[in-house]
Amino acid sequence: MNEIYVDLAVIGGGPAGLASAISAKESGVEKVVVIDRNSWLGGILPQCIHDGFGVEEVGKSLTGPEYAEMYIKKAEEKGIKFMKETMVLSFNKKLQILAVNKKGLYTINSKSIVLATGCREKTRWHALIPGTRPSGIYTAGVAQSFINLYNIMPGKKVVILGSGDVGLIMARRFTLEGAEVAGVVEILPYASGLPRNVVQCLEDYEIPLFLNHTITLIEGKERIEAVTISKVDENMNVIEGSEKRIECDTLLLSLGLIPENEIAKTARIEIDDLTGGAVVNQDFETSIPNTFAVGNCLQVYDTVDVLSIDAKTAGKYAGEKLVYGGKEKFNCIKVVPGNGIRYVVPQKIDRTGKVIISLRVRKPGENLTLVIKAKNKEIFNKKMPWVNPANMVRMEFNVSEEIFSYESIEVELK
Amino acid sequence: MRNFEVAIIGGGVVGCAIARELSKYDVRVVVFEAGSDVASGASKANSGVIHSGINSPPSSLKAILCVEGNKMFPLLSEELSFPVKWTGKFVIAKNEEEVDELERLMETGIKNGVENLEIKEGDEVKKLEPNISCFSALWIPTAGITSPYEFTIALAENAVENGVSFLLETEVNGLNKKNDIFSIKTNRGEFKADIVINASGLNCRKIVSMVEEPDFDIYPCRGEYLVLDKNYRYLINSMIYPVPVKEMGVLGVHLTPTIEGNILIGPSAEFIEDSSDISTTRKMMKQLFHEAKEILPSLPEKGVINAYSGIRCKISSAGEGLADFRIEESRNFRHMINLIGIESPGLTASPAIAKRVVGMISNIIDLREKRDFKVRKRKKRFSEMSVEEKSIMIEKDKRWGRIVCRCENVTEVEIIEALSNILGAKTLSAVKYRCRAGMGRCQGGFCTQHIVRIMEKNFGMKIKDIKLKSPNSYMFCGKTREENE
Ligand SMILES: Cc1cc2nc3c(=O)[nH]c(=O)nc-3n(C[C@H](O)[C@H](O)[C@H](O)COP(=O)(O)OP(=O)(O)OC[C@H]3O[C@@H](n4cnc5c(N)ncnc54)[C@H](O)[C@@H]3O)c2cc1C
Ligand SMILES: Cc1cc2nc3c(=O)[nH]c(=O)nc-3n(C[C@H](O)[C@H](O)[C@H](O)COP(=O)(O)OP(=O)(O)OC[C@H]3O[C@@H](n4cnc5c(N)ncnc54)[C@H](O)[C@@H]3O)c2cc1C
Repeated sequence: MNEIYVDLAVIGGGPAGLASAISAKESGVEKVVVIDRNSWLGGILPQCIHDGFGVEEVGKSLTGPEYAEMYIKKAEEKGIKFMKETMVLSFNKKLQILAVNKKGLYTINSKSIVLATGCREKTRWHALIPGTRPSGIYTAGVAQSFINLYNIMPGKKVVILGSGDVGLIMARRFTLEGAEVAGVVEILPYASGLPRNVVQCLEDYEIPLFLNHTITLIEGKERIEAVTISKVDENMNVIEGSEKRIECDTLLLSLGLIPENEIAKTARIEIDDLTGGAVVNQDFETSIPNTFAVGNCLQVYDTVDVLSIDAKTAGKYAGEKLVYGGKEKFNCIKVVPGNGIRYVVPQKIDRTGKVIISLRVRKPGENLTLVIKAKNKEIFNKKMPWVNPANMVRMEFNVSEEIFSYESIEVELK
Repeated sequence: MRNFEVAIIGGGVVGCAIARELSKYDVRVVVFEAGSDVASGASKANSGVIHSGINSPPSSLKAILCVEGNKMFPLLSEELSFPVKWTGKFVIAKNEEEVDELERLMETGIKNGVENLEIKEGDEVKKLEPNISCFSALWIPTAGITSPYEFTIALAENAVENGVSFLLETEVNGLNKKNDIFSIKTNRGEFKADIVINASGLNCRKIVSMVEEPDFDIYPCRGEYLVLDKNYRYLINSMIYPVPVKEMGVLGVHLTPTIEGNILIGPSAEFIEDSSDISTTRKMMKQLFHEAKEILPSLPEKGVINAYSGIRCKISSAGEGLADFRIEESRNFRHMINLIGIESPGLTASPAIAKRVVGMISNIIDLREKRDFKVRKRKKRFSEMSVEEKSIMIEKDKRWGRIVCRCENVTEVEIIEALSNILGAKTLSAVKYRCRAGMGRCQGGFCTQHIVRIMEKNFGMKIKDIKLKSPNSYMFCGKTREENE
């Protein structure tokens, strides 16, 4: 067993981990280490070779690898240490991390931890589809890594189930590589990916989007041969007689992403069932003091830009807390999602001043108002010309001392 | 080598158990398996229950071999190191009328030699199974669970370790006999043998018809399952069965814990035409959930994460009631032993079936016991090792320090060992069933790419030849772009 002592350990070297490590270092923390199980840094970004990254943050449209490179360079310049090809197995409330790599097992004793373990894709488990279980069924991200990182082509005639962003992007990618994309099948009445991706990845290539449809049968004894798609009614029940058979040799699943928190669970961090990520305060501190959660393991962000901005905030706060000690705190109040809201982050607030609240609405709508209430009293509102579950809503809210006389505040959509 | 004393057709649990039993003797044995790995048929897709023997009529082969097989599992699991858990089983009576059925089952069980049967009152059951409500229940402590594919793989690999030849992706498509010698035609050429064992499961009739007119029919009966997420494992402690459904000759939709920690719901029972149609259907998925909910009202719908099906090899139709196993030498072709209608409890009975078949073989040829018969040593998985053990392993071979499957914590060494299996099975499923890589919550999202790399790099496999599980289940259509483009 190897023993290492650090000030701040970041688990996960994707954009969130790198951004928070850099900010922590800039706040004056001495020994910062980023641990990642991959042989590369940048997390999922090296396989996202399309552009569109960084527009909001740096005003330029970069590819995933370029965006990652920007952070990797900066992290190297700042003297951050990296442990690559190192898998974190667990950690505990004393902030000791157990990790393993080809040189052996490590205990990494840290004073502060940032969790930046990213997300994983929903699998076939999340959409029970009747039929056979042949080869040729991939999650969109796995297909993306095969094509973009390993130069391997999964198939030539593709149907995509789910209209998440990764699936939309892969519809275009497969088309560009000469495959035929027979359609994207979405059970909801609207696409779950970003509107700009629907235009740039489907409409520009005339790929059909079947809304209110789902796949009701998979055929093929060995390799997939066809799927049957069916229309659903407003309660998502299959409408008999609406079946349509589409031949294909590949089915991609783009059913959405889930925060990856198996490591967080080893330390019994409190998890929010609604986000799938840790319960955090406005500064991204979790239920374990001096342990923070950032990036897609906290909540699934729309774009990497906003994710990095939040991760920097968290890194800065984690750093300052280590260097200067914590700020004055109030007793924690809860932030709960009310009518029309699927989730809110942070789930608790324990200081005054400016905080940013991120949330997702339940369904699309126009001309609505977001309201924050404390015991039925409205304390904040924001007009929303339109809302869409695919677009995360962010609002700045100034926390005054008086709200700490309540137990909780509620966010709702009117 | 193309000449053998014994040729076994079919690498399901029955064929593999026979091969392993024969490997204790000095005899040249070959197994032909059409699939890309053993356990490609019913032996992979069943409930994984080690039955006690209460369900078959006294003195039937099913009863005798089930009870005998059940008792062999503790030793087998030690010699072959595959997992077994003696969870016990409840058959529940929902009302007073069904109690008669429990008593009948108990009586049959006692006649069959099943020990320690007991009828418990509903409140007593509740203490052991807090989520189950019933009038009363038959408690069967000798019923257990196993991992059917791990068991079959262990039998096969141990057989090969002791000299048996296994030929995968080798389908028998012709059989005849001249001068007391069988010639067996396959897609890999012709082989010769003195004795042929037909353990081809659902294909048993097809193989028989290669040499004579069969005197039986096959009525394939599909059983579909739902799989419940591991988070709900706590819902039951033992197996929970309803009283058997008589008309179909099946045990009814039940709840079974698995070795991996899931709960199985099923199987359904539906006679079908195509004996290879292992589809799942929307209709059955709904029905299974509905029936299971009657047994376990707190069953959560969102807990269902998977579905699969297996096909029973029935030799009696819906109205005809139960048929027995048939284990017999062909009437016209001596030295051809047919295993016909090996449906449930075939998994449980398989080691006893093997003993019986080897007994029959010993009447034909002289079987001399080997002195150097080897059992299988259990290797600890990385995830089961202590911190010290892990450190030692990494020091010995640094590839123990590279985790390839993050969900089940499987290391590079374990993947390579799985791919180096003595049977030569090289599909992604073969890896999964041997070391669990890809079996976890991300379903291979993270590790598939790394396993594919290992297949390419360490085993020189071509991308186009990589398969999921069966001979034509190709994963890829090739390179995206040629290297020099
Ligand atoms: C398949 C896929 C495709 C995507 N494509 C796009 C896209 O095109 N555009 C876009 O804006 N967003 C995309 N996203 C969203 C993307 O995840 C985010 O934009 C961004 O990469 C998330 O940053 P992160 O740092 O939170 O997570 P990640 O980039 O996923 O980084 C997490 C890192 O943590 C490491 N890690 C996790 N657990 C451990 C452990 N136990 N030990 C050691 N290391 C660990 C991982 O190896 C990984 O490197 C995609 C996501 C996925 C899953
Ligand atoms: C739904 C279901 C649930 C069950 N539950 C249980 C249970 O809980 N407990 C229990 O004890 N039993 C159970 N059983 C019964 C048990 O699964 C079977 O009895 C057992 O698996 C039969 O094994 P087998 O080797 O005869 O057949 P199989 O496993 O079907 O093996 C036959 C093999 O032969 C191969 N083959 C076929 N034709 C050829 C050919 N021409 N050339 C080469 N190879 C060929 C096939 O590829 C196959 O691998 C269940 C069965 C089903 C269907």
